[in-house]
Amino acid sequence: MSKILIVAEHDGGKLNASTAKSVTCAARIPGATIDVAVLAADAAAIAAAAAALAGVSKVLVVENPANKEPLSAVLAPQIAKLAAGYTHVFGPSTTFGKDVMPRVAALLGVSQVSDIMAVDGSHTFKRPIYAGNAILTVEAPAGAPVVATVRVASFEAAAASGSAAIEKVDPGAALPTHTRFVSRSGASTGRPDLQSAAKVVSGGRALGSAENFKLIYSLADKLGAAVGASRAAVDAGYVPNDLQVGQTGKIIAPQVYFAIGISGAIQHMTGIKDARTIVAINKDGEAPIFESADIGLVGDLFTIVPELEKALG
Amino acid sequence: MRRIMVGVKRVVDYNVRIRVKPDNTGVITEGVKMSINPFDEIALEQALRIKEQGLADEVLAVSIGPADTQQQLRTALAMGADRAILVQTDAAMAPLSIARVFQKVAEAEQPFLTLLGKQAIDEDNGQTAQMLAALLDRPQATSCSKVDIADGKATVTREVDSGLETLEVDLPAVLSVDLRLNEPRYVKLPDIMKAKKKPLDIKSVADYGVTEGAAFKTVKVDPPPSRQKGIIVKDVAELVGVLQQKGLV
Ligand SMILES: Cc1cc2nc3c(=O)[nH]c(=O)nc-3n(C[C@H](O)[C@H](O)[C@H](O)COP(=O)(O)OP(=O)(O)OC[C@H]3O[C@@H](n4cnc5c(N)ncnc54)[C@H](O)[C@@H]3O)c2cc1C
Ligand SMILES: Nc1ncnc2c1ncn2[C@@H]1O[C@H](COP(=O)(O)O)[C@@H](O)[C@H]1O
Repeated sequence: MSKILIVAEHDGGKLNASTAKSVTCAARIPGATIDVAVLAADAAAIAAAAAALAGVSKVLVVENPANKEPLSAVLAPQIAKLAAGYTHVFGPSTTFGKDVMPRVAALLGVSQVSDIMAVDGSHTFKRPIYAGNAILTVEAPAGAPVVATVRVASFEAAAASGSAAIEKVDPGAALPTHTRFVSRSGASTGRPDLQSAAKVVSGGRALGSAENFKLIYSLADKLGAAVGASRAAVDAGYVPNDLQVGQTGKIIAPQVYFAIGISGAIQHMTGIKDARTIVAINKDGEAPIFESADIGLVGDLFTIVPELEKALG
Repeated sequence: MRRIMVGVKRVVDYNVRIRVKPDNTGVITEGVKMSINPFDEIALEQALRIKEQGLADEVLAVSIGPADTQQQLRTALAMGADRAILVQTDAAMAPLSIARVFQKVAEAEQPFLTLLGKQAIDEDNGQTAQMLAALLDRPQATSCSKVDIADGKATVTREVDSGLETLEVDLPAVLSVDLRLNEPRYVKLPDIMKAKKKPLDIKSVADYGVTEGAAFKTVKVDPPPSRQKGIIVKDVAELVGVLQQKGLV
């Protein structure tokens, strides 16, 4: 029988949607019992949200001022202790999970299964390799804990219809002081969150400047969409790094994705493989983006985008 | 000796169009261009810059891989690394075993800083740096886009989903680097000649007392599901029509 511990992601006050998606992934393992671990300074609201996730049996709460910021060197030894008795420990494949879970894996003496996109059995998983250009089916050994990250774009969020027990625990791990949080910047633009938005409008190098990128923001606002970008647009300083979509940015699965002035490099396309509908606007009819787009429009974005915004009323 | 250790993995070049073998056992790597993992070039560049600032004395490039990996290590030496170690193996080693080799090299070489890539673009595992930090019981910072070394500490900016995060870590530490940290330098011809004389030691995994620890069992490798060929619309009016018909706007 599989006993799965999911490491909750949160911002200190609110549970991140990646946790509900990790729960859905865990629930694909037949007969699994699913618990969630919340490590925080002030856990009440986060634990309550985790306890409401359908399919969760128990929420383990570790409250400690040292857990205020998500420092992997501090969290990993606690998670490794909590993992005793579990067959699987899952975290989301977000920058939070990618940072902490391999450290947990090493403490437990196993390698990690990164980016689970499908569950084939309790120890068999599908994951993307080579920027999503190949899909690997791997089998982790039975008899050792399975530490994994879950590719959140591949799973729907579990419903908030449950009522799990909440239990305070003390893992009793020695915590290092060699790593200190200094500051955090960015985010909270008032726009929909890139990783969970149903609609995303992305711009590429073709926008040419931060000023011109307003075209993308404006169209996004009209559509109620989140804003994304190619790496080239981020590197050129048109938009901040947290808008990057792709292999080394965010992997997203919106209902509709608008790629505007983006050529469609494989590293970018990896980030949107699961988008339901891809719309491409590019002045080069030969751009690789048109090979993957569901709807393509060849032309100059500087005339098309304002026109499109107007046509949407 | 103030030493920086850099991981240099030999991978299929990022421009190569990846094809899955017809028997689904892996991807075709025969006859394709191999290069230094792009993130590792950035790690190496950062190490060289730290040395050029006078904050380090030696940059050591370390790779675990087949004999041909000497090519990538020679390139690393030509870029400016002082010394290289190839831990030669033909085995597909598990990330934890790779991290254990790095641990043993670190114990022998005592770097004050280890710089690895945030992920190797072949298997996209993204775990070696964090594992190494755990095994050494040292600080870690992943996806760094800025690294400042001073007073026995590193102040690093990390690219995270919500923006940027700054951490301060005591040295020695293990960092993994992101693409925006720097632009790696080009290798110049005279440097390639000079690199031929720099030391490149060949070791075995057993020399470090590590077992090769096979990776997870590969059940199969498939090509990704392909998307259906889309349509080209002629103008904005038609685009809006199709979007409305699909209920997307
Ligand atoms: C290891 C690695 C990881 C990477 N990770 C990522 C990643 O996560 N995400 C990512 O996006 N990239 C990533 N890249 C970079 C990627 O390879 C491409 O360089 C990048 O995606 C290109 O961005 P772009 O499409 O905006 O720019 P370009 O490739 O320059 O394309 C611009 C496009 O705009 C079109 N255009 C120009 N003017 C107009 C106009 N007026 N109207 C309409 N169209 C116009 C052009 O025809 C062209 O197709 C990575 C690269 C490496 C090596
Ligand atoms: N075989 C290897 N040889 C040298 N460095 C490696 C090797 N495997 C992993 N690394 C380092 O660890 C980083 C992350 O790799 P991975 O965890 O495999 O995605 C890489 O960018 C390298 O810096």
